[in-house]
Amino acid sequence: MSGLPDVVIVGAAESENVGVVPDQSQFQLAADSVLRALAQCGLGIGDVDGVASTLQVAQFAHHLGTRPRWLDGTGVGGCSYMLHVRHAVAAIQTGQADVVVVAHGESGRSRVGPTLRVPDMASPGGQFELTYGVAGTFSSFTIPTTAYLHKYGLGEEALAEVTAAQSAWASQNPRAFRGKSLTVDDVLASRIIAWPFHVLECCPVTDGGGALVLTSAERAADLDLTGPPVRVAGSGETCEGPGASFMEDLTTFRGFRDSSAEALRQADLTVADIDHLMVYDAYAHLPLYGLEDIGFVGRGEASAFIASGATRPGGSLPMNTNGGGLLYTHTGQYGMFAIQEAVRQLRGEAVVQVPDVRTSLIQGVGGMFSAAGALVLTTA
Amino acid sequence: MTARTTVGAVLPLRLKPYVDADNSAFWSGGADGALMIHRCRSCGSWFHPPAPVCRNCQSLEVGPERASGRGTVASYTVNVQPWIPGSEPYLIAWVELAEQPGLRLTTNLVDVEAEDVSLDMPVEVVFEPHPDGDVWYPLFRPAPGATA
Ligand SMILES: [Zn+2]
Repeated sequence: MSGLPDVVIVGAAESENVGVVPDQSQFQLAADSVLRALAQCGLGIGDVDGVASTLQVAQFAHHLGTRPRWLDGTGVGGCSYMLHVRHAVAAIQTGQADVVVVAHGESGRSRVGPTLRVPDMASPGGQFELTYGVAGTFSSFTIPTTAYLHKYGLGEEALAEVTAAQSAWASQNPRAFRGKSLTVDDVLASRIIAWPFHVLECCPVTDGGGALVLTSAERAADLDLTGPPVRVAGSGETCEGPGASFMEDLTTFRGFRDSSAEALRQADLTVADIDHLMVYDAYAHLPLYGLEDIGFVGRGEASAFIASGATRPGGSLPMNTNGGGLLYTHTGQYGMFAIQEAVRQLRGEAVVQVPDVRTSLIQGVGGMFSAAGALVLTTA
Repeated sequence: MTARTTVGAVLPLRLKPYVDADNSAFWSGGADGALMIHRCRSCGSWFHPPAPVCRNCQSLEVGPERASGRGTVASYTVNVQPWIPGSEPYLIAWVELAEQPGLRLTTNLVDVEAEDVSLDMPVEVVFEPHPDGDVWYPLFRPAPGATA
């Protein structure tokens, strides 16, 4: 990567419990994850000189007992962790930090210790969406999908296929919040939340945390690691508009296109080189957009690709192998869990392990088709 | 693919926006039957929601102007989950205004059943006053002859 030193992930851990965790605050979920991740690489809090989080980062760094010389509080939604990793790589390469922790904790379900969310009627969403009964992401993030399905002559099954395919992974994963094996008919029989979306095509809301520890490959060589280091080979970030209605074209997300292209270019890889894929799936349309926008399939071909079994266990492009945000867990800002699963696959430690994963692409979205972040991780 | 959900009376309770200098024309224009949308006085670009600067030419000379109130349905959903207590399914749509490609606003479709809505269907603005009489919500209904 252009003569710059390699940066690797040496620790990656989720909180002990994910799903329903009513006895821990979001700071505790994040702190639990950081300590578990540090334990994987023989490092302590005293070694950490960089902290990134979507939690109030100065407060979190203080609670942890760190004395950081580098902070990143980038908060652009669920893909913020992809951006944190990208920024941490640059910081480590330029000597601004040696050991960075990226931390997530969210009590999305039990609401222990989160910032109270009161509808802000002065915000753009409050002024121009809440007034029309847009009470959440369910009936806003999903709206472009009607235009997408119409353009390609697809029906409701196109969305149901996404959940059904991911249930082939989730049903083998005891940590999955929705761990049942599901057929397309099962999904279509679940109640409608915001047509054309059924409840099983919308993420659940859960509690959980996750953390990453990053350092230089050189430093990693001296550490006592419990698993092989994972190289951050490329990354990309961008934004398109403040909300989904601002998309230039409702059937494709420029954020996915630009950030994944940048990550692959940096990694000097093409989609043909990618063994494993994670696409942020708060709703079932996102993997369809992701597969097309990253370039794995042509426009309008994603649902047929998924229906062919290509993304299921044994398929040519294993995708969302933890079950995804739809089935594994979705605390609110899911991106950290997508990165965790990619690291597990590259280390050979996943619950449902894909054989011989050497490259993984992780595509995140933040806000509602607003920001985007992509990572390409490889074995070191 | 069309929605098969019968929609009810729209929103028994409608939240009131926070009205400020930027958006007051949008929320009060209905008193005169006018859909007021922000426009750049330098390059003529329209944009919504109102913003302090034109993202096309970066001019600060921006302000509300009367739009035709005509447009087409760019995409939509039938909200079924009763987030608002007592609400029946209702239509949330993005209407692309006739003034400019990609100029969209979020609204409710009224005077139409979900199964009669189609993409690119011509629609026109209609205003629903808040009981307080100080805010008019721009809603959209099928333009004459739009549905079979
Ligand atoms: Zn202008």
